[in-house]
Amino acid sequence: MHAVIPYVTGALLFGLGVYGVLRRRNAILVLMAVELMLNAVNLIFVTADATRPGAGGHAGGVFALFVIVLAAAEVGVGLAIVLQYYRMRHAVGVDEVRLDADEDRAVR
Amino acid sequence: MSIAGLTVADALLLALGAIAVGSGALVVTSTHLVRAGLYLVLSLGSVAGLYLVLGAELVAWVQVLVYVGAVVVLLLFAVMLTRAPIGPSKDLDRPAWAAAIIGAGVGFGLSALLAGAYRWTVYPPVEPGTPVRMGEQIFGSWVLPFEVLSILLLAALVGAIVLSRPDIGARRTAEADTR
Repeated sequence: MHAVIPYVTGALLFGLGVYGVLRRRNAILVLMAVELMLNAVNLIFVTADATRPGAGGHAGGVFALFVIVLAAAEVGVGLAIVLQYYRMRHAVGVDEVRLDADEDRAVR
Repeated sequence: MSIAGLTVADALLLALGAIAVGSGALVVTSTHLVRAGLYLVLSLGSVAGLYLVLGAELVAWVQVLVYVGAVVVLLLFAVMLTRAPIGPSKDLDRPAWAAAIIGAGVGFGLSALLAGAYRWTVYPPVEPGTPVRMGEQIFGSWVLPFEVLSILLLAALVGAIVLSRPDIGARRTAEADTR
């Protein structure tokens, strides 16, 4: 098997994720693009695990599992933040978030 | 058994990789919020297929369970809870040129780097890794990160509950109003 195919697939997926994070205005779509980036990294971990046997003793698969768990935790907290912001402002645009605003006035 | 140097596994990797990249492109360009989530299912599913071809069987099934099962359902829940419109939305995107330049630079730069490093690497077909091997790894070499990860999951659970409960935030603002 050629090692270059999954490596290049992972690199292209990562580039797409970067594009999505920078392009999207909706916070949920930004989170989806972050998931694409995490998947690209996982794919490269697993490929390195398969194509370099004995180099790390199959640590790549273990790291991919850890990254999957981290992504689940990240998406849980991230969506809680997005929903709380939507409850306050009725908007999910990430470039409408004013970091210098008086947030206490907005919370009922 | 190979045609022009490509084995069956290579053909599978190419097909699944093309599906993953194509539906990933649709995730970041679709104007329908719900469709973006469903294309994400397709992309993550074909990445799970890539894991299977690469011999990481347990990672593939965990990917299907956690990503396709849980994470995408959570994302679609959030899409519906924020009352997203059903049809196409016009205000999803920023101007494209900066994101396109940086994204294409990162994607093609990393592709060129990895293609230059691994262009001629041909590896033997891997034997499918059983969960036994993975379990020995996790509970042998990586048991401390595993435990730290469980604490992190607990912290994320508590954090999500605290963020979602309106009464906790309201108490903080009551103190702010009395000041």
